[in-house]
Amino acid sequence: MKQVFKKPESLKDVQTHFCPGCHHGTIHRLVAEAMDEFGVQQHTIGVASVGCSVFLYGYFDIDVVESPHGRAAAVATGVKRAKPDSFVFTYQGDGDLAAIGTAEIIHAANRGEDITVIFVNNTTYGMTGGQMAPTTLLGQRTSTSPYGRNKSKDGAPIRMAELLSQLEGVAFSARVAVDSPRNLMDAKKQIKKAFRYQVEGKGFSFIEALSACPTNWGMNPLSANARVGAEMCDYFKPGVYKNVENL
Amino acid sequence: MALIRIDELRCKGCGLCTIACPHKLIVLSDKINHQGYTPAHITLQDKCIGCALCAEMCPDVAIVVFK
Repeated sequence: MKQVFKKPESLKDVQTHFCPGCHHGTIHRLVAEAMDEFGVQQHTIGVASVGCSVFLYGYFDIDVVESPHGRAAAVATGVKRAKPDSFVFTYQGDGDLAAIGTAEIIHAANRGEDITVIFVNNTTYGMTGGQMAPTTLLGQRTSTSPYGRNKSKDGAPIRMAELLSQLEGVAFSARVAVDSPRNLMDAKKQIKKAFRYQVEGKGFSFIEALSACPTNWGMNPLSANARVGAEMCDYFKPGVYKNVENL
Repeated sequence: MALIRIDELRCKGCGLCTIACPHKLIVLSDKINHQGYTPAHITLQDKCIGCALCAEMCPDVAIVVFK
């Protein structure tokens, strides 16, 4: 018998701290598989953010720079410029990238830095107790929007994949979901494409991955997973928003 | 002939593998593991086709598949 599915080499064989049903683990695995496929593990430098994603230095078998509070894209710029032969990616949540680090991500994207950004959107600040994020859906109750997000007071959720796709420096921008086997296979394909663009030196590549946060949504893992496919995919439509190869 | 192995110590009982399996062969156990979760296990190993969708969906990389 042949082993047809195993843990990717770029992932350490350790238990993660993620809650049951959290998609961070799945997205970690897809990123590790892409690293294995391109054989870049030995010269990859990951840039971690703040939030639940911060512990990726403990889960990926690569070198990692820890860059809290939204600065990952700026730190990744420095890493890539200092070591242009290395493969550099950032892994950031929505509180980190779309709120605290908006300036950093927009300017790194606009400069067309040759890095890959993995943006995990779970519509809330996971680690700090489920506060409202810029990506929180309208009507969603969080610890700082107990009556639900209100459009007139809080604005509408930010669609980062679309926003960044308008910038000249962006080579690839896509949104994916990992809630079903079909979406997951597509996510795998898009993450590999984003990695290939950096390997080929095409420029800034961006992946927004929709993720569940069962604990802070107050749901069980299966209902939270279903919400990603229903409510989240309805507002944050998965798809490729920019691809320089098609221009 | 296919075989899956679920690491019941690492499984957090989220149940995402149970909805991924096209033949609904995976169920959550009644037993509790050392983490306090009810881990998944496969009921009819003979019927498994080795599609690996359960392993793909598992957020904890707790499933390996042989074919």
